[in-house]
Amino acid sequence: MKPFQYLRPKTVQEAISMATDNPGAQYIAGGTNLVDLMKRGIASPPKLIDINHLPLKKIEHRYDRLRIGALALNSDVARHKGVVARQPLLAQALLAGASGQLRNMATVGGNLLQRTRCSYFYDLALPCNKRQPGSGCGAEGGVNRTHAIFFAGNGFGGYEASSCIAVHPSDMCVALTALETNVVVNGPEGERRVMMKDFHRLSTQQPELDTYLRPGELLTAIEVVDNAFAKHSHYLKVRDRASYAFALVSVAAALQMDGGRIWDARMALGGVAHKPWRYWAIDLMLRGQAPSEKLFQEVAEHEMQSAEATAQNAFKIKLTTNAMVAALKTAAGIS
Amino acid sequence: MDIDAIPPDAENEDRRFFLKQSMLIAGLSMAPADLLHAALVPDDGPVGNAVKVKVSLTVNGKRKRVTIDPRMTLLDLLREHLGLTGTKKGCDFGQCGACTVHIDGRRALSCLTFALMQHGAKITTIEGLSDGEKLHPLQEAFIKHDGLQCGYCTPGQVMSAVACIREGCAGSAPEVREYMSGNLCRCGAYPNIVDAILEVKKEGLKV
Repeated sequence: MKPFQYLRPKTVQEAISMATDNPGAQYIAGGTNLVDLMKRGIASPPKLIDINHLPLKKIEHRYDRLRIGALALNSDVARHKGVVARQPLLAQALLAGASGQLRNMATVGGNLLQRTRCSYFYDLALPCNKRQPGSGCGAEGGVNRTHAIFFAGNGFGGYEASSCIAVHPSDMCVALTALETNVVVNGPEGERRVMMKDFHRLSTQQPELDTYLRPGELLTAIEVVDNAFAKHSHYLKVRDRASYAFALVSVAAALQMDGGRIWDARMALGGVAHKPWRYWAIDLMLRGQAPSEKLFQEVAEHEMQSAEATAQNAFKIKLTTNAMVAALKTAAGIS
Repeated sequence: MDIDAIPPDAENEDRRFFLKQSMLIAGLSMAPADLLHAALVPDDGPVGNAVKVKVSLTVNGKRKRVTIDPRMTLLDLLREHLGLTGTKKGCDFGQCGACTVHIDGRRALSCLTFALMQHGAKITTIEGLSDGEKLHPLQEAFIKHDGLQCGYCTPGQVMSAVACIREGCAGSAPEVREYMSGNLCRCGAYPNIVDAILEVKKEGLKV
C-alpha cells in the first residue's frame, strides 16, 4: 500500500478545508470499501481525512422528515425505532446488505459512495474505464453475467460502447431512490441538497466518476420526507447465495393503498444499472387500480421493454420481471 | 521523523501526545513548507515510510501503546505487534470474517480498519473472551457440538456468535444463519455452529 498522510479534523469546516487544500485527499469513515481498495492499489490517496470524529451520527425526526447523519452506522440505522416505524423499506434494504460485522462499521455516507464490485474494476491486469479512463471495458466482451441491463435514463445519454456496464452495488441506495431521499452535502461553497435521482451518474460520460459531488464536498446527512408507504413497502433481493452477497437484482417497492386500491407507487431497482434504477412510470400505471398479479405482471413487463441484455445476462430480464411482481405482491399484501 | 523520540510517561499524557501529534501531522499538510515541515517530511511527500504514529488502545482490558506505520490494519497490529494470533487473517479483504473482533463492544472486521483510526477504542479478541482457564459458554458449546473442523475460522465465528446473541438475533436457526453469514467456514461446520449458538441462547447463559 502506498504511504499516506493521516489527517483528523474536528469540525465539518475543518474537514472541507483539508479536502479543498489537498487535491487527491480522500475522506475515510467506516473504511470497509476504501481500505479494501487501498490494499489492492485501486485507490491510493496521498492523504486520508478521517472524519469519524465529526458530529454527524445523529438520527432524528424533525418537522416532516427523518434526518440521518452521514456517519450513522448501517446497523444503527437499520435498528432505529423511528426508521423501522416510518421507513421500513430503508431498514429492510440495510439488513439485506453485507454482514453484521460490516454493518457495524459502514456508514450511510460511505454506503452512498461505495464503488462498484465489477471484477474488472478490481483486477489491475485488465482494462476498466472506471479504474483507468480510456483503457476500455473488459466486461463488455467478457464475463458480464452480473452486469447492467439498463443504460439510458431520464431521456439523456444512451449506451456507449467502451464506457462502463458495471452496476451500483448498494442495497440502501435502491430504497433511498424509491423513497425520493435528499442527500445533504456541505462543501467549499456551502450546504446544498441533492435528490437521490441526481446524486449518482449513469456511465455514459466519465465512468470514472460515480456521483455528481464537487471537489471537497462532504456528505453530512440524508433526509427522508414523511410518506404513507410504511404499511405497503417491500425490499426484495435476489442473489447467488442466500445471504452475504451483492444483488443480482433487487427491487424496492412502495405502495400507498386505501380501500383496496393503490393511490401512489414508487419503485427502484438494484443490480441492473450504473446507478439505482428508478421506474418512473409505475405511479401512473398503478394509481387507482386494484392490486392483482396480472396487473403487476403487465407493469413489470412494461419497464423491461427498455432493458438490453449483454451476452451473458439475458436471464436478468426475466429475473427482474419476476422480482418486481413478487415485491409488488408482497407490498400489496396479496402474495 | 522519529515519534518515539518524544516518549510519553503517564497514560493521560499519552492521549494529549497523540492529539498534539495528530495536529502536527494535520498542520504539516496545511502549512506551506517551513523549517519544521522540511525537517520532518522531505520532498513534501506523504508520510508512512518515514513517519510512525503512536496509538493507544485497550485490548482485552489492558492499555496498549504502540508506535506503528499508519498503513497497519488493526488485524496486523493485534497479530504482529501484540502477539495476539488468535484473531486470524483469512482473506484480508473483508470477505471471510476470520478476523472478527469486538470494537467498543460491537463485532467488526479488524482487517478493514487502520489501527490508528482505533486510537482510544476498546478491543476484545478471542483471547479476551475466556475467564482465565474457564472457557466462555460459546467456546464450550462449539467444542460440545463439534462446531469446527480445521479451526481456522473458529475465533471469528465465536466472536461473531457472541455478538449475534447480544444483538438479539439468535432466536431461530434461520435467524442465526442470516446473522452469522459474514463468517465463512470452508470445512462446512455450519450446522454444528448453528446448534452451538442456539443452545447457548436457549440456556440463557450470560454471554
